[in-house]
Amino acid sequence: MSRLADDTLNTLRLSDTVQASARQARATDAPVHHARDGVRALVLYGLLGTLFGIVLTKAEVVSWFRIQEMFRFQSVHMYGIIATAVLTAALSLQIIKRFGLRAVNGDAIALPAKVMGRGTRYWLGGAIFGLGWALVGACPGPLLALIGGGASVMIVTLLSAVVGTWAYGVLKPLLLH
Amino acid sequence: MLGFNVLAPLPWYVSGPLLGLFVPALLLVGNKMFGISSNLRHICAAVLPTRAAYFQYNWRASGAWNLSFSAGIFIGGTIATWLLRDASAIAITPAARASLEALGVRDFQGLIPIELFSWSMLTTVRGVIMIIGGGLLIGFGTAYAGGCTSGHAISGLADLQLPSLVAVLGFFAGGLVGTWVVLPWLLGV
Repeated sequence: MSRLADDTLNTLRLSDTVQASARQARATDAPVHHARDGVRALVLYGLLGTLFGIVLTKAEVVSWFRIQEMFRFQSVHMYGIIATAVLTAALSLQIIKRFGLRAVNGDAIALPAKVMGRGTRYWLGGAIFGLGWALVGACPGPLLALIGGGASVMIVTLLSAVVGTWAYGVLKPLLLH
Repeated sequence: MLGFNVLAPLPWYVSGPLLGLFVPALLLVGNKMFGISSNLRHICAAVLPTRAAYFQYNWRASGAWNLSFSAGIFIGGTIATWLLRDASAIAITPAARASLEALGVRDFQGLIPIELFSWSMLTTVRGVIMIIGGGLLIGFGTAYAGGCTSGHAISGLADLQLPSLVAVLGFFAGGLVGTWVVLPWLLGV
């Protein structure tokens, strides 16, 4: 067999392994494994994050006042943002699927499916998160934007959130999912 | 003349679609799923000493892009707060303002109530519960639920994933309890 054919075969095997590990990742809730990104890619993600932070702040999504207004049903602002964001993302995903668009590096685009199981983790974990969201008035992305904007005490909240995630990681085997 | 003030808040019908576009942008750039709270896990895996199986993975390969995105959010928050905002009071509805005044909030300048979120508040029970307790709940809850507002409410709902809908309903249930029960109790009304 020619070397070229050998190489092709190896590539195919490799992509099988990648797919298998992706399937396993979904089943075990491990993070989706990507090839390591180079510096240029990381700078690009940093720039995208910067734009995201600017829009979050300009939209006042980072504001405790806006979150309170939302949970008190006193304005359309946050609901409008969430609804149009979901709609835009959903339409974009449909376009990506219909036209079979691929990532810049040629990867087929696929969002990992979340496994429902008993569903406990979603409603219970969600409710715990929501309680914190109402008290702090910011979720993880907005927390970073607020700290960047000078709300330095939010560093304590962010570190507490890291500790909260660590506590989950340690307690995970004991929790119903 | 321009009819557009860069210092004014973005209306929801502009900011919502812009935020939604980050989902396809990240997918097209590198097949990455938009979600911020995974970074809390990456930070644990990177710096906290732990043997828990949950943190045994290659955080550099899985998460470097997202940590970089998060660093960007920090920078974006800096740029937007210092260069693209003026110091006028937050434009919440009069009804919302009245409700919060009834809870004792007096200062509506800036994005967060300075009376509640300041370093000196950390010497009060109320401040510790809101600033530290709130953070713990956010970090624990998002890890348990497998995502936060970005991963579940935006990416997950847009991909029509049922678990994400359950999680979002959970977010709101918890948020309503926090807003209508816990906060009034904390603020002593």
